[in-house]
Amino acid sequence: MIGHDRLAVRKTYKLYVNGAFPRSESGRTYEVTDAKGHFQGNVAWASRKDARDAVVAARGAFAKWSGATAYNRGQVLYRVAEVMEGRHAQFCEEVATAEGLSTSKARAAVDAAIDRWVWYAGWTDKLAAVLGSANPVAGPYFDFSLPEPSGVVAVLAPQQSSLLGLVSVLAPVLATGNTAVVVTSRERPIPAVTLAEVLATSDVPGGVVNLLTGDAEELGPWLAEHADVDGIDLTGAPAGRAMEFEREAAGTIKRVIRPPATEPDWTADPGLSRMTPFLETKTVWHPMGV
Amino acid sequence: MTHVLDPDALPGATPAVHAPLPPYDDVIRSDAAFRAFLHGLPGVDQVGAEARAAQLGTRSIKTTSKAWAIDMAISMVDLTTLEGADTPGKVRSLAAKAKQPDPSDPTTPRVAAVCVYGDLAGVAREALAGTGIHVAAVATAFPSGRASRAVKIADVRDAVENGADEIDMVIDRGAFLTGRYLDVYEEIVAVKEACGDAHLKVILETGELKTLDNVRRASWIAMLAGGDFIKTSTGKVSPAATLPVGLVMLEAVRDFRIATGRQIGFKPAGGIRTTKDAVKHLVMINETVGPDWLDPDWFRFGASSLLNDLLLQRQKLRTGHYSGPDYVTVD
Amino acid sequence: MSVFEYAPAPESRSIVDIAPSYGLFIDGEFVDGTGESFTTVNPATEEVLTEVSSAGDADVDRAVRAARRAFERTWGPMRPADRGKYLFRIARLLQERAREFAVLESLDNGKPIRESRDVDVPLAAAHFFYHAGWADKLEHAGLGPAPRPLGVAGQVIPWNFPLLMLAWKVAPALATGNTVVLKPAETTPLTALLFAEVCRQADLPPGVVNIVTGAGDTGRAVVEHGDVDKVAFTGSTEVGRSIARAVAGTQKRLSLELGGKAANIVFDDAPIDQAVEGIVQGIFFNQGHVCCAGSRLLVQESIHDEVIASLQRRISTLRVGDPLDKNTDIGAINSAEQLARIRELSDIGEAEGAQRWQPACELPDRGYWFPPTVFTDVSPAHRIARDEVFGPVLSVLTFRTPDEAVAKANNSTYGLSAGIWSEKGSRILKIADQLRAGVVWANTFNKFDPTSPFGGYKQSGYGREGGRHGLAAYLTGDDSK
Repeated sequence: MIGHDRLAVRKTYKLYVNGAFPRSESGRTYEVTDAKGHFQGNVAWASRKDARDAVVAARGAFAKWSGATAYNRGQVLYRVAEVMEGRHAQFCEEVATAEGLSTSKARAAVDAAIDRWVWYAGWTDKLAAVLGSANPVAGPYFDFSLPEPSGVVAVLAPQQSSLLGLVSVLAPVLATGNTAVVVTSRERPIPAVTLAEVLATSDVPGGVVNLLTGDAEELGPWLAEHADVDGIDLTGAPAGRAMEFEREAAGTIKRVIRPPATEPDWTADPGLSRMTPFLETKTVWHPMGV
Repeated sequence: MTHVLDPDALPGATPAVHAPLPPYDDVIRSDAAFRAFLHGLPGVDQVGAEARAAQLGTRSIKTTSKAWAIDMAISMVDLTTLEGADTPGKVRSLAAKAKQPDPSDPTTPRVAAVCVYGDLAGVAREALAGTGIHVAAVATAFPSGRASRAVKIADVRDAVENGADEIDMVIDRGAFLTGRYLDVYEEIVAVKEACGDAHLKVILETGELKTLDNVRRASWIAMLAGGDFIKTSTGKVSPAATLPVGLVMLEAVRDFRIATGRQIGFKPAGGIRTTKDAVKHLVMINETVGPDWLDPDWFRFGASSLLNDLLLQRQKLRTGHYSGPDYVTVD
Repeated sequence: MSVFEYAPAPESRSIVDIAPSYGLFIDGEFVDGTGESFTTVNPATEEVLTEVSSAGDADVDRAVRAARRAFERTWGPMRPADRGKYLFRIARLLQERAREFAVLESLDNGKPIRESRDVDVPLAAAHFFYHAGWADKLEHAGLGPAPRPLGVAGQVIPWNFPLLMLAWKVAPALATGNTVVLKPAETTPLTALLFAEVCRQADLPPGVVNIVTGAGDTGRAVVEHGDVDKVAFTGSTEVGRSIARAVAGTQKRLSLELGGKAANIVFDDAPIDQAVEGIVQGIFFNQGHVCCAGSRLLVQESIHDEVIASLQRRISTLRVGDPLDKNTDIGAINSAEQLARIRELSDIGEAEGAQRWQPACELPDRGYWFPPTVFTDVSPAHRIARDEVFGPVLSVLTFRTPDEAVAKANNSTYGLSAGIWSEKGSRILKIADQLRAGVVWANTFNKFDPTSPFGGYKQSGYGREGGRHGLAAYLTGDDSK
């Protein structure tokens, strides 16, 4: 540093709910450190009521988001990548700090995260062609099937990969037209908060993504049992709790992505495997006559 | 031409001589109003109508029901000959069959009517005198209907004067298909007037109307204009009396009676050749409009070869074994 | 009373030969179960048809082991084209023995022979025929370059379409190279056991299809068996929940086809006569024992009276009675339990203030019967507007605008199917888009086809049956996990 040591203005790390950045209604925060244990900040500690509010926001945003044209959704997701690119350096630093990565590895993760948005942005207007069908029924009917989003999806984001993992589980939920309530990595939430700022300043409508910093162990059961949540991604569920969350999700027949035994290599091509679980297939019949 | 944008515009429209029954008495106030009314009738989904007709066709009518249905069907037959080669001899032979369809079994019911061209109505009338069997004559430049209205009216009058007590007219399909519904209507009104006391059956020639929406609209035109029966076809155009067409026409007479209180008869004609076909129609009447129409006054089959098949089936039921063509008469 | 009475036209039951007792079908053999036998009755007469073995845990284990062996030794390694040929054989055998299956289904289930003959059995055969063709084309199904079967599928099916639901389950499972342990419903096991005979006539290798009869405990044993890779269930949402709980934390793949409370929306520009037919078909088909039944009629207020009058006139022509009579439209309720539930919910409907209408109709003295029933003045708060009755009971609600129709239609925890009646194409497409239901029938209802994916949104389940989509439930590949 040249010149005098300027005292940094630190950020208050808050939740992202319904397009706004509230503190937890509980008033709780928890201390987040870097990989070496140095203090990074006091992060909002989302409560079950914050989760409840986030579900309300996500439900409220669903009609507009799912009803947007696929082209529009694709552009919005691409816009996220654009805005992230502008904060590339910040993300690199935060990922490196949070995950204890070298600069080059952190950069690779950020690059991959941005590119993942681009990849999913390109999927929005292909899904119907790839996953839909015209069905040659044995009768005078026009019959077709189209994919539609399941609704509100709760995502327990990966605990290790603070940004690439998060984007890898969030982007497919959005690309398919669902809205999301995400519980971020407990120990590594800061890149997620920055991502929230990106989302807020791109064209993603408020409520489409809600990011809750806090504890998946605490919020998981509330989201798994919540009757207005249609699906849940348990990828970041704490070890030993996923089965219980899945059982709770069964109460309202939620669509579930089970957690992998260990956190996967997020750089691998995800295929459709994270989109199809939160897509419904709607089949429409109509007679053909004169 | 119609005046879609201005239902009240009446340039040159001739007020009809006959007003439809309430609540429809004002629907003919203009071409546009009439068109709006007809196009405001509920649509017909072709696939659904065909599926329903097919489902009715799967009813299994056996033993006593079949015997009842055969006799009912025989009594509903308009025994028909409509050939250029028709002669007084042919018509007398047909009349004899009408009176005594099965010489081997005098319990066989008589048919409802004999249907001929108008010039032979007198022959039929004479041959059927005192039997109660009606004489139906086709008229109005049957089957095409392509003649001036004056000629058609003269045709009707001639048939009535010759002794026909039922007139089977054809509508002007050309007028209908170009949307001149009021023309179609007025012609039926005029023919009805020319009929005097004779009953009027209005042939829609559904095979030329093509869509079931058109069948429904044409049915309503005919009913509003005072037709006593609506009839599917001339028998000269294929397809003729299909079950879906019959279904839609029966729905029309059902709805018309509900709305106006007036019951209109229905006559499928053309293509009904077997007992099985006839029974399907009876089932369709039974389950669409109900038993009020299960009566020769309200339902007729326009047919020629149907009668012999009904007689063969009747013989089978009576004797318990299958019969053969030598056991019914050649007409 | 009509002047045109239809004489009885019963289909002969001599075509079926019901044995005095039946065992389980395991590893290609009929064997006695270790559980307590139970009887299955003809619900139209309460006549006991036969006694059926009940599979205990050990029997289920034997069946799963047989299925595993067949998966590893015969069915899995088999050339896919040959698997397809077996399914073609089964399809043909079902066609050849169609009348026998239809009569047996009507006897055991109570459904009219007209439906078992014209719908259940032909569609079951069609399902095998359709999936047979997939067997050697799976790499073209869009589920990855080399999709693999899951292994042993445990399948539990309901009593409303016993053979057809078997076909929906077994055909895709076998076509994709899986083997099967299937549990038919306790009240309707007979066509599944006849199907076992078809498997033998087809020379299907032992263990590929195993049929374990029994009640809930048998089903639970199938679902919870540790060596089952895939669970497929059709039935109530309540049982579906417990199955989803049971497989939680395992690697078992699950597909669920559960309950429904479909809205059938009739707009004022509908083709009324066909709409009335569709309403009737929607709720009275199979006595209303249909998960996708159009049990909530949403009719636009402006045509409410006209539609109800037409509907009542039409319902009055429905013929309720002997399921084997070819002219019967509505057969018997499947069981005393189901009848009790229908009665209970109908009584609640009346108590809550809805108006009950039933046509004059004579019901047989013996057997389980419920007349076609229409409730008008139903409000969305009434239980008959929310709970699945699974019987011939229609609840009529009204709406004024398209938005209201959609809001009311979607106001359900279910989302299996819906109907729209309108002559306006653009409106149909818009409403179809807005409805949260897996199958939307526009100007028709209750149509099924093996090429057409079927399944629900929300608590009506997940996964699809039929079409390319249905294969995904039985395959794994990079893109189908």
